Amino acid sequence: MQEFESAFGLAFDLILRGDRDLLEIVWLSLRVSISAVLLACLIGLPLGAYLAIARFRGRGTVIVALNALMGLPPVVVGLIVYLHLSRAGPLGFLGLLYTPTAMIIAQTILITPIVAALSRQVLEDLNTEYAEQFRSFALSRAQAMQVLIWDGRYSLLTVALAGFGRAVAEVGAVMIVGGNIDHLTRVMTTAIALETSRGELALALALGLVLMVIALAINAAVQGVRLSAERKAYA
Amino acid sequence: MVLKQLTPLIFGALLASAASAQSSIIVQSTTSTANSGLYDHLLPIFEKKAGIAVNVVAVGTGQAIKNAANCDGDVLLVHAKAAEEAFVAEGYGLPRSDLMYNDFVIVGPADDPGGIRGLRDIGTALTQIAESGALFASRGDDSGTHKKERQLWEMAGLNPSADSGTWYRETGSGMGATLNTGIGMAAYVMTDRATWLSFGNKADFEILFDGDPALFNQYGIIVVNPAHCANVALDEAKAFADWLLSKDGQSAIGEFERAGEQLFFPNAAE
Repeated sequence: MQEFESAFGLAFDLILRGDRDLLEIVWLSLRVSISAVLLACLIGLPLGAYLAIARFRGRGTVIVALNALMGLPPVVVGLIVYLHLSRAGPLGFLGLLYTPTAMIIAQTILITPIVAALSRQVLEDLNTEYAEQFRSFALSRAQAMQVLIWDGRYSLLTVALAGFGRAVAEVGAVMIVGGNIDHLTRVMTTAIALETSRGELALALALGLVLMVIALAINAAVQGVRLSAERKAYA
Repeated sequence: MVLKQLTPLIFGALLASAASAQSSIIVQSTTSTANSGLYDHLLPIFEKKAGIAVNVVAVGTGQAIKNAANCDGDVLLVHAKAAEEAFVAEGYGLPRSDLMYNDFVIVGPADDPGGIRGLRDIGTALTQIAESGALFASRGDDSGTHKKERQLWEMAGLNPSADSGTWYRETGSGMGATLNTGIGMAAYVMTDRATWLSFGNKADFEILFDGDPALFNQYGIIVVNPAHCANVALDEAKAFADWLLSKDGQSAIGEFERAGEQLFFPNAAE
Protein backbone atom coordinates (compact mmCIF):
# COMPACT_ATOMS: atom_id res chain seq x y z
CA MET A 1 0.00 0.00 0.00
CA GLN A 2 3.11 2.11 0.05
CA GLU A 3 2.33 2.89 -3.59
CA PHE A 4 -0.65 5.03 -2.67
CA GLU A 5 1.33 7.33 -0.43
CA SER A 6 4.15 7.82 -2.89
CA ALA A 7 1.60 8.20 -5.71
CA PHE A 8 -0.01 11.21 -4.05
CA GLY A 9 3.38 12.76 -3.42
CA LEU A 10 4.46 12.10 -7.01
CA ALA A 11 1.22 13.46 -8.45
CA PHE A 12 1.58 16.71 -6.50
CA ASP A 13 5.20 16.95 -7.48
CA LEU A 14 4.44 16.41 -11.18
CA ILE A 15 1.71 19.05 -11.19
CA LEU A 16 3.54 21.65 -9.12
CA ARG A 17 6.73 21.27 -11.09
CA GLY A 18 4.74 21.65 -14.31
CA ASP A 19 6.75 18.73 -15.71
CA ARG A 20 7.18 19.42 -19.43
CA ASP A 21 6.69 15.84 -20.59
CA LEU A 22 3.56 15.62 -18.48
CA LEU A 23 2.13 18.83 -19.93
CA GLU A 24 2.76 17.54 -23.42
CA ILE A 25 0.98 14.26 -22.66
CA VAL A 26 -1.93 16.01 -20.94
CA TRP A 27 -2.33 18.42 -23.85
CA LEU A 28 -2.36 15.59 -26.38
CA SER A 29 -4.91 13.64 -24.32
CA LEU A 30 -7.19 16.67 -24.24
CA ARG A 31 -6.62 17.52 -27.89
CA VAL A 32 -7.45 14.00 -29.04
CA SER A 33 -10.42 13.38 -26.76
CA ILE A 34 -12.02 16.82 -27.12
CA SER A 35 -11.69 16.62 -30.92
CA ALA A 36 -13.30 13.19 -30.82
CA VAL A 37 -16.16 14.53 -28.67
CA LEU A 38 -16.77 17.45 -31.03
CA LEU A 39 -16.80 15.17 -34.06
CA ALA A 40 -18.98 12.62 -32.28
CA CYS A 41 -21.45 15.39 -31.39
CA LEU A 42 -21.44 16.64 -34.98
CA ILE A 43 -22.50 13.17 -36.13
CA GLY A 44 -24.28 11.81 -33.06
CA LEU A 45 -26.56 14.69 -32.13
CA PRO A 46 -28.34 15.00 -35.49
CA LEU A 47 -28.55 11.21 -35.65
CA GLY A 48 -30.01 11.06 -32.15
CA ALA A 49 -32.47 13.85 -32.92
CA TYR A 50 -33.53 12.16 -36.14
CA LEU A 51 -34.15 8.85 -34.40
CA ALA A 52 -36.06 10.67 -31.66
CA ILE A 53 -38.53 12.15 -34.15
CA ALA A 54 -38.65 9.91 -37.18
CA ARG A 55 -40.96 6.91 -37.35
CA PHE A 56 -39.96 4.24 -39.83
CA ARG A 57 -39.91 0.47 -40.17
CA GLY A 58 -36.99 -1.06 -38.33
CA ARG A 59 -36.54 1.98 -36.08
CA GLY A 60 -36.62 -0.24 -32.99
CA THR A 61 -33.88 -2.43 -34.43
CA VAL A 62 -31.72 0.60 -35.23
CA ILE A 63 -32.12 1.87 -31.67
CA VAL A 64 -31.24 -1.48 -30.14
CA ALA A 65 -28.19 -1.73 -32.39
CA LEU A 66 -27.12 1.80 -31.51
CA ASN A 67 -27.50 1.10 -27.80
CA ALA A 68 -25.48 -2.08 -28.17
CA LEU A 69 -22.71 -0.17 -29.95
CA MET A 70 -22.21 1.83 -26.75
CA GLY A 71 -20.43 -1.28 -25.54
CA LEU A 72 -17.89 -1.36 -28.41
CA PRO A 73 -14.61 -2.68 -26.99
CA PRO A 74 -11.88 -0.05 -27.54
CA VAL A 75 -9.36 -2.71 -28.59
CA VAL A 76 -11.68 -3.87 -31.36
CA VAL A 77 -12.17 -0.31 -32.57
CA GLY A 78 -8.41 0.14 -32.46
CA LEU A 79 -7.87 -2.99 -34.52
CA ILE A 80 -10.45 -2.04 -37.12
CA VAL A 81 -8.94 1.42 -37.51
CA TYR A 82 -5.44 -0.07 -37.57
CA LEU A 83 -6.38 -2.48 -40.37
CA HIS A 84 -7.76 0.40 -42.42
CA LEU A 85 -4.95 2.89 -41.78
CA SER A 86 -2.07 0.43 -41.98
CA ARG A 87 0.08 0.86 -45.07
CA ALA A 88 -1.22 -2.54 -46.11
CA GLY A 89 -4.82 -1.40 -45.59
CA PRO A 90 -7.23 0.42 -47.92
CA LEU A 91 -6.50 3.87 -46.42
CA GLY A 92 -2.78 3.29 -45.90
CA PHE A 93 -1.86 5.84 -48.56
CA LEU A 94 -3.03 8.60 -46.22
CA GLY A 95 -0.11 7.87 -43.90
CA LEU A 96 -2.26 8.47 -40.82
CA LEU A 97 -1.25 5.49 -38.68
CA TYR A 98 0.70 6.49 -35.54
CA THR A 99 -0.55 10.07 -35.67
CA PRO A 100 -2.92 11.97 -33.35
CA THR A 101 -5.41 12.08 -36.24
CA ALA A 102 -5.63 8.26 -36.20
CA MET A 103 -6.33 8.42 -32.47
CA ILE A 104 -9.08 11.00 -33.01
CA ILE A 105 -10.67 8.78 -35.67
CA ALA A 106 -10.65 5.75 -33.36
CA GLN A 107 -12.11 7.62 -30.40
CA THR A 108 -14.75 9.24 -32.60
CA ILE A 109 -15.91 5.80 -33.73
CA LEU A 110 -15.89 4.66 -30.12
CA ILE A 111 -18.04 7.47 -28.71
CA THR A 112 -20.35 8.46 -31.56
CA PRO A 113 -22.75 5.62 -30.62
CA ILE A 114 -22.75 6.86 -27.02
CA VAL A 115 -23.61 10.41 -28.03
CA ALA A 116 -26.23 9.25 -30.55
CA ALA A 117 -27.88 6.68 -28.26
CA LEU A 118 -28.04 8.90 -25.17
CA SER A 119 -29.17 11.99 -27.08
CA ARG A 120 -31.85 9.91 -28.82
CA GLN A 121 -33.31 9.05 -25.40
CA VAL A 122 -33.05 12.61 -24.06
CA LEU A 123 -34.58 14.15 -27.17
CA GLU A 124 -37.32 11.56 -27.50
CA ASP A 125 -38.50 12.42 -23.99
CA LEU A 126 -38.41 16.10 -24.91
CA ASN A 127 -40.24 15.38 -28.15
CA THR A 128 -43.23 13.87 -26.37
CA GLU A 129 -43.55 17.21 -24.56
CA TYR A 130 -43.18 19.25 -27.73
CA ALA A 131 -44.87 17.10 -30.37
CA GLU A 132 -48.17 18.91 -30.29
CA GLN A 133 -46.60 22.35 -30.59
CA PHE A 134 -44.46 21.15 -33.45
CA ARG A 135 -47.62 20.08 -35.23
CA SER A 136 -49.47 23.32 -34.55
CA PHE A 137 -46.54 25.38 -35.91
CA ALA A 138 -46.28 22.94 -38.80
CA LEU A 139 -42.50 22.66 -38.35
CA SER A 140 -40.54 20.56 -40.77
CA ARG A 141 -38.61 17.62 -39.38
CA ALA A 142 -35.31 19.46 -39.74
CA GLN A 143 -36.67 22.47 -37.89
CA ALA A 144 -38.08 20.28 -35.12
CA MET A 145 -34.71 18.54 -34.77
CA GLN A 146 -33.02 21.92 -34.39
CA VAL A 147 -35.47 23.05 -31.73
CA LEU A 148 -35.07 19.81 -29.80
CA ILE A 149 -31.27 20.00 -29.83
CA TRP A 150 -31.28 23.66 -28.82
CA ASP A 151 -33.83 23.25 -26.02
CA GLY A 152 -32.19 20.07 -24.81
CA ARG A 153 -28.70 21.58 -24.88
CA TYR A 154 -28.08 21.38 -21.14
CA SER A 155 -28.94 17.69 -20.98
CA LEU A 156 -26.93 17.13 -24.14
CA LEU A 157 -23.90 18.66 -22.43
CA THR A 158 -24.02 15.78 -19.98
CA VAL A 159 -24.24 13.41 -22.94
CA ALA A 160 -21.12 15.00 -24.41
CA LEU A 161 -19.39 14.65 -21.05
CA ALA A 162 -20.23 10.95 -20.95
CA GLY A 163 -18.58 10.63 -24.36
CA PHE A 164 -15.57 12.61 -23.21
CA GLY A 165 -15.21 10.43 -20.12
CA ARG A 166 -15.16 7.31 -22.21
CA ALA A 167 -12.69 8.79 -24.72
CA VAL A 168 -10.19 10.21 -22.28
CA ALA A 169 -10.18 7.03 -20.16
CA GLU A 170 -9.76 4.41 -22.89
CA VAL A 171 -6.37 2.93 -23.64
CA GLY A 172 -7.00 0.01 -26.01
CA ALA A 173 -7.75 1.96 -29.17
CA VAL A 174 -5.17 4.75 -28.89
CA MET A 175 -2.47 2.24 -27.97
CA ILE A 176 -2.94 0.33 -31.23
CA VAL A 177 -3.45 3.19 -33.66
CA GLY A 178 -1.19 5.70 -31.90
CA GLY A 179 1.61 3.34 -30.93
CA ASN A 180 2.37 5.20 -27.67
CA ILE A 181 5.27 7.04 -29.35
CA ASP A 182 7.08 9.37 -26.99
CA HIS A 183 6.56 13.08 -27.85
CA LEU A 184 4.21 12.14 -30.68
CA THR A 185 1.28 9.93 -29.71
CA ARG A 186 1.74 9.26 -26.00
CA VAL A 187 -1.35 10.19 -24.01
CA MET A 188 -2.25 9.87 -20.33
CA THR A 189 -3.70 6.37 -20.52
CA THR A 190 -0.93 4.88 -22.66
CA ALA A 191 1.66 6.49 -20.38
CA ILE A 192 -0.08 4.86 -17.40
CA ALA A 193 -0.03 1.48 -19.16
CA LEU A 194 3.66 1.94 -19.98
CA GLU A 195 4.66 2.82 -16.42
CA THR A 196 2.65 -0.15 -15.13
CA SER A 197 4.52 -2.45 -17.50
CA ARG A 198 7.79 -1.00 -16.26
CA GLY A 199 6.76 -1.86 -12.73
CA GLU A 200 6.71 1.83 -11.78
CA LEU A 201 3.37 1.44 -10.06
CA ALA A 202 3.55 4.62 -7.98
CA LEU A 203 4.26 6.75 -11.03
CA ALA A 204 1.46 5.00 -12.95
CA LEU A 205 -0.93 5.72 -10.13
CA ALA A 206 0.24 9.32 -9.92
CA LEU A 207 -0.51 9.78 -13.61
CA GLY A 208 -3.93 8.24 -12.96
CA LEU A 209 -4.56 10.81 -10.25
CA VAL A 210 -3.56 13.62 -12.59
CA LEU A 211 -5.97 12.26 -15.20
CA MET A 212 -8.79 12.22 -12.67
CA VAL A 213 -8.01 15.79 -11.60
CA ILE A 214 -8.21 16.88 -15.24
CA ALA A 215 -11.51 15.08 -15.75
CA LEU A 216 -12.82 16.74 -12.60
CA ALA A 217 -11.69 20.18 -13.78
CA ILE A 218 -13.36 19.74 -17.16
CA ASN A 219 -16.61 18.56 -15.65
CA ALA A 220 -16.56 21.45 -13.19
CA ALA A 221 -15.89 23.94 -15.99
CA VAL A 222 -18.79 22.58 -18.06
CA GLN A 223 -21.05 22.69 -15.04
CA GLY A 224 -20.00 26.30 -14.44
CA VAL A 225 -20.78 27.30 -18.03
CA ARG A 226 -24.10 25.53 -17.81
CA LEU A 227 -25.14 27.17 -14.53
CA SER A 228 -24.25 30.67 -15.63
CA ALA A 229 -26.00 30.18 -18.97
CA GLU A 230 -29.11 28.84 -17.28
CA ARG A 231 -29.11 31.78 -14.88
CA LYS A 232 -28.93 34.19 -17.81
CA ALA A 233 -31.64 32.33 -19.68
CA TYR A 234 -34.12 32.53 -16.81
CA ALA A 235 -33.11 35.95 -15.45
CA MET B 1 -24.52 31.98 -30.97
CA VAL B 2 -20.93 32.70 -30.07
CA LEU B 3 -20.43 28.95 -30.10
CA LYS B 4 -21.06 28.80 -33.83
CA GLN B 5 -18.28 31.25 -34.56
CA LEU B 6 -15.95 29.62 -32.07
CA THR B 7 -16.38 26.07 -33.27
CA PRO B 8 -14.18 26.33 -36.37
CA LEU B 9 -11.50 28.02 -34.31
CA ILE B 10 -11.58 25.28 -31.71
CA PHE B 11 -11.48 22.62 -34.39
CA GLY B 12 -8.62 24.32 -36.14
CA ALA B 13 -6.58 24.48 -32.97
CA LEU B 14 -7.31 20.89 -32.04
CA LEU B 15 -6.83 19.27 -35.40
CA ALA B 16 -3.78 21.21 -36.56
CA SER B 17 -0.89 18.82 -36.16
CA ALA B 18 2.41 20.38 -35.35
CA ALA B 19 4.04 20.85 -38.73
CA SER B 20 7.16 18.74 -38.66
CA ALA B 21 9.76 19.88 -41.13
CA GLN B 22 12.18 17.36 -39.66
CA SER B 23 12.41 13.96 -41.32
CA SER B 24 11.47 11.02 -39.18
CA ILE B 25 11.34 7.25 -39.15
CA ILE B 26 9.30 4.67 -37.29
CA VAL B 27 11.07 1.85 -35.51
CA GLN B 28 9.02 -1.27 -34.78
CA SER B 29 10.71 -2.54 -31.65
CA THR B 30 10.64 -5.16 -28.98
CA THR B 31 9.67 -3.82 -25.55
CA SER B 32 12.83 -4.57 -23.56
CA THR B 33 14.87 -1.95 -25.39
CA ALA B 34 12.20 0.68 -24.73
CA ASN B 35 11.22 -0.27 -21.18
CA SER B 36 14.82 -0.40 -20.02
CA GLY B 37 15.41 3.16 -21.22
CA LEU B 38 17.94 2.24 -23.92
CA TYR B 39 16.23 4.45 -26.51
CA ASP B 40 16.10 7.38 -24.10
CA HIS B 41 19.87 7.07 -24.02
CA LEU B 42 20.55 6.39 -27.73
CA LEU B 43 18.01 8.48 -29.60
CA PRO B 44 19.06 11.96 -28.41
CA ILE B 45 22.64 11.17 -29.50
CA PHE B 46 21.52 10.02 -32.94
CA GLU B 47 18.93 12.75 -33.45
CA LYS B 48 21.48 15.42 -32.62
CA LYS B 49 24.02 13.95 -35.00
CA ALA B 50 21.73 13.11 -37.93
CA GLY B 51 18.77 15.45 -37.53
CA ILE B 52 16.37 12.55 -37.98
CA ALA B 53 13.58 12.02 -35.47
CA VAL B 54 13.15 8.38 -34.44
CA ASN B 55 9.65 7.32 -33.39
CA VAL B 56 9.59 4.05 -31.50
CA VAL B 57 6.56 1.78 -31.42
CA ALA B 58 7.38 -0.74 -28.69
CA VAL B 59 5.36 -3.96 -28.94
CA GLY B 60 6.25 -7.63 -28.63
CA THR B 61 8.61 -9.05 -31.26
CA GLY B 62 5.79 -11.01 -32.93
CA GLN B 63 3.59 -7.94 -33.34
CA ALA B 64 6.54 -5.76 -34.36
CA ILE B 65 7.38 -8.15 -37.20
CA LYS B 66 3.75 -8.22 -38.36
CA ASN B 67 3.50 -4.43 -38.24
CA ALA B 68 6.72 -4.10 -40.24
CA ALA B 69 5.45 -6.65 -42.77
CA ASN B 70 2.39 -4.37 -43.13
CA CYS B 71 4.82 -1.54 -43.99
CA ASP B 72 4.00 0.31 -40.78
CA GLY B 73 7.62 0.96 -39.91
CA ASP B 74 10.99 1.73 -41.49
CA VAL B 75 13.25 -0.25 -39.18
CA LEU B 76 12.72 -3.46 -37.23
CA LEU B 77 14.65 -4.02 -33.99
CA VAL B 78 13.70 -7.30 -32.32
CA HIS B 79 15.13 -10.49 -30.83
CA ALA B 80 14.00 -13.67 -32.54
CA LYS B 81 16.64 -14.60 -35.08
CA ALA B 82 14.70 -17.33 -36.88
CA ALA B 83 11.64 -15.10 -37.32
CA GLU B 84 13.85 -12.21 -38.41
CA GLU B 85 15.54 -14.34 -41.05
CA ALA B 86 12.15 -15.53 -42.28
CA PHE B 87 11.07 -11.87 -42.51
CA VAL B 88 14.07 -11.11 -44.73
CA ALA B 89 13.67 -14.30 -46.76
CA GLU B 90 10.06 -13.39 -47.54
CA GLY B 91 11.27 -10.14 -49.05
CA TYR B 92 10.01 -7.82 -46.31
CA GLY B 93 13.42 -6.70 -45.15
CA LEU B 94 16.93 -5.86 -46.32
CA PRO B 95 19.67 -8.12 -44.92
CA ARG B 96 19.63 -8.51 -41.14
CA SER B 97 22.53 -7.58 -38.86
CA ASP B 98 23.41 -8.70 -35.35
CA LEU B 99 23.24 -5.61 -33.15
CA MET B 100 23.79 -6.56 -29.52
CA TYR B 101 23.00 -9.25 -26.98
CA ASN B 102 22.24 -9.90 -23.37
CA ASP B 103 20.72 -12.94 -21.71
CA PHE B 104 17.53 -14.34 -20.32
CA VAL B 105 17.13 -15.13 -16.65
CA ILE B 106 14.48 -16.88 -14.58
CA VAL B 107 13.17 -14.81 -11.70
CA GLY B 108 11.03 -16.13 -8.90
CA PRO B 109 10.06 -15.72 -5.26
CA ALA B 110 13.02 -15.70 -2.86
CA ASP B 111 11.86 -18.94 -1.16
CA ASP B 112 12.31 -20.73 -4.53
CA PRO B 113 9.52 -23.35 -4.32
CA GLY B 114 10.92 -25.32 -7.28
CA GLY B 115 14.44 -25.34 -5.85
CA ILE B 116 16.19 -24.08 -8.99
CA ARG B 117 18.70 -21.78 -7.31
CA GLY B 118 22.25 -22.80 -8.01
CA LEU B 119 21.37 -25.16 -10.87
CA ARG B 120 23.55 -24.95 -13.97
CA ASP B 121 21.42 -26.49 -16.69
CA ILE B 122 18.22 -24.82 -17.94
CA GLY B 123 16.66 -28.19 -18.82
CA THR B 124 17.08 -29.40 -15.25
CA ALA B 125 15.67 -26.14 -13.88
CA LEU B 126 12.56 -26.28 -16.06
CA THR B 127 12.00 -29.97 -15.30
CA GLN B 128 12.24 -29.21 -11.61
CA ILE B 129 9.71 -26.37 -11.86
CA ALA B 130 7.33 -28.62 -13.80
CA GLU B 131 7.67 -31.51 -11.38
CA SER B 132 7.44 -29.43 -8.20
CA GLY B 133 4.10 -28.01 -9.32
CA ALA B 134 5.37 -24.48 -8.66
CA LEU B 135 3.67 -21.83 -10.79
CA PHE B 136 5.24 -20.55 -13.98
CA ALA B 137 3.94 -17.45 -15.76
CA SER B 138 4.55 -17.48 -19.52
CA ARG B 139 4.17 -14.52 -21.89
CA GLY B 140 1.99 -16.59 -24.20
CA ASP B 141 2.05 -13.81 -26.80
CA ASP B 142 4.39 -15.04 -29.55
CA SER B 143 6.99 -12.44 -28.54
CA GLY B 144 10.73 -13.07 -28.85
CA THR B 145 10.92 -14.03 -25.18
CA HIS B 146 7.94 -16.36 -25.55
CA LYS B 147 9.41 -18.06 -28.62
CA LYS B 148 12.66 -18.59 -26.72
CA GLU B 149 10.83 -19.97 -23.70
CA ARG B 150 8.87 -22.46 -25.84
CA GLN B 151 12.12 -23.58 -27.41
CA LEU B 152 13.71 -24.18 -24.00
CA TRP B 153 10.77 -26.28 -22.78
CA GLU B 154 10.99 -28.31 -25.95
CA MET B 155 14.74 -28.83 -25.50
CA ALA B 156 13.97 -30.11 -22.00
CA GLY B 157 11.50 -32.57 -23.49
CA LEU B 158 8.50 -31.02 -21.80
CA ASN B 159 5.16 -29.77 -23.08
CA PRO B 160 3.78 -27.32 -20.53
CA SER B 161 0.87 -26.29 -22.79
CA ALA B 162 -0.84 -29.48 -21.71
CA ASP B 163 -1.00 -28.00 -18.23
CA SER B 164 -1.98 -24.49 -19.33
CA GLY B 165 -4.25 -22.96 -16.72
CA THR B 166 -2.95 -25.11 -13.87
CA TRP B 167 0.69 -24.50 -12.89
CA TYR B 168 1.61 -23.16 -16.36
CA ARG B 169 -0.10 -19.81 -16.82
CA GLU B 170 -0.03 -17.94 -20.08
CA THR B 171 -0.71 -14.26 -19.50
CA GLY B 172 -0.91 -13.27 -23.17
CA SER B 173 0.65 -9.92 -22.34
CA GLY B 174 3.90 -7.99 -22.48
CA MET B 175 7.00 -8.58 -20.39
CA GLY B 176 6.16 -5.98 -17.75
CA ALA B 177 2.56 -7.10 -17.39
CA THR B 178 3.69 -10.73 -17.12
CA LEU B 179 6.22 -9.80 -14.43
CA ASN B 180 3.52 -7.95 -12.49
CA THR B 181 1.24 -10.96 -12.79
CA GLY B 182 3.96 -13.46 -11.92
CA ILE B 183 4.96 -11.47 -8.87
CA GLY B 184 1.32 -11.22 -7.86
CA MET B 185 0.92 -15.01 -7.82
CA ALA B 186 4.47 -16.00 -6.84
CA ALA B 187 5.17 -17.67 -10.19
CA TYR B 188 8.51 -18.13 -11.93
CA VAL B 189 8.95 -15.87 -14.95
CA MET B 190 11.52 -15.95 -17.73
CA THR B 191 12.60 -12.44 -18.69
CA ASP B 192 15.48 -10.73 -20.43
CA ARG B 193 17.97 -9.32 -17.96
CA ALA B 194 17.56 -5.71 -19.15
CA THR B 195 13.84 -5.61 -18.43
CA TRP B 196 14.38 -7.20 -15.01
CA LEU B 197 17.16 -4.86 -13.92
CA SER B 198 15.12 -1.80 -14.84
CA PHE B 199 11.83 -3.19 -13.47
CA GLY B 200 10.44 -1.16 -10.56
CA ASN B 201 8.07 -3.63 -8.88
CA LYS B 202 10.37 -6.50 -7.94
CA ALA B 203 8.81 -7.22 -4.50
CA ASP B 204 10.63 -10.25 -3.03
CA PHE B 205 11.58 -11.65 -6.45
CA GLU B 206 15.17 -12.41 -7.37
CA ILE B 207 17.12 -13.86 -10.25
CA LEU B 208 17.13 -17.58 -9.40
CA PHE B 209 18.61 -19.00 -12.56
CA ASP B 210 21.05 -17.61 -15.09
CA GLY B 211 24.31 -18.37 -16.84
CA ASP B 212 23.33 -21.28 -19.11
CA PRO B 213 24.67 -20.48 -22.60
CA ALA B 214 21.26 -21.55 -23.99
CA LEU B 215 19.84 -18.35 -22.47
CA PHE B 216 21.76 -16.15 -24.90
CA ASN B 217 19.56 -13.37 -26.26
CA GLN B 218 20.56 -11.84 -29.59
CA TYR B 219 19.02 -8.62 -30.88
CA GLY B 220 18.98 -7.91 -34.60
CA ILE B 221 18.25 -4.91 -36.77
CA ILE B 222 16.61 -4.90 -40.20
CA VAL B 223 15.73 -2.05 -42.55
CA VAL B 224 12.34 -2.67 -44.13
CA ASN B 225 12.68 -3.51 -47.82
CA PRO B 226 11.62 -0.59 -50.07
CA ALA B 227 10.91 -3.08 -52.86
CA HIS B 228 8.08 -4.39 -50.67
CA CYS B 229 7.12 -1.12 -48.96
CA ALA B 230 7.44 1.93 -51.20
CA ASN B 231 6.77 4.25 -48.27
CA VAL B 232 9.98 3.34 -46.44
CA ALA B 233 12.22 6.33 -45.66
CA LEU B 234 15.21 4.37 -46.91
CA ASP B 235 17.99 6.92 -46.45
CA GLU B 236 16.90 7.84 -42.95
CA ALA B 237 16.29 4.22 -41.94
CA LYS B 238 19.70 3.21 -43.27
CA ALA B 239 21.34 6.14 -41.50
CA PHE B 240 19.87 4.95 -38.20
CA ALA B 241 20.78 1.29 -38.68
CA ASP B 242 24.28 2.15 -39.92
CA TRP B 243 24.87 4.41 -36.97
CA LEU B 244 23.79 1.74 -34.47
CA LEU B 245 26.13 -0.73 -36.17
CA SER B 246 29.01 1.77 -36.37
CA LYS B 247 31.74 2.15 -33.78
CA ASP B 248 29.99 5.19 -32.31
CA GLY B 249 26.60 3.51 -32.05
CA GLN B 250 28.06 0.33 -30.64
CA SER B 251 29.95 2.16 -27.93
CA ALA B 252 26.82 4.20 -27.11
CA ILE B 253 24.97 0.89 -26.58
CA GLY B 254 27.79 -0.42 -24.39
CA GLU B 255 27.81 2.72 -22.25
CA PHE B 256 24.18 2.38 -21.25
CA GLU B 257 23.78 1.27 -17.65
CA ARG B 258 21.01 0.88 -15.10
CA ALA B 259 21.93 0.67 -11.42
CA GLY B 260 25.58 0.33 -12.36
CA GLU B 261 25.05 -2.66 -14.64
CA GLN B 262 25.51 -2.81 -18.39
CA LEU B 263 22.26 -4.04 -19.96
CA PHE B 264 23.15 -4.61 -23.62
CA PHE B 265 26.42 -5.85 -25.10
CA PRO B 266 27.15 -4.62 -28.63
CA ASN B 267 28.25 -7.36 -31.05
CA ALA B 268 27.79 -6.05 -34.58
CA ALA B 269 30.14 -7.64 -37.10
CA GLU B 270 32.98 -5.27 -38.03
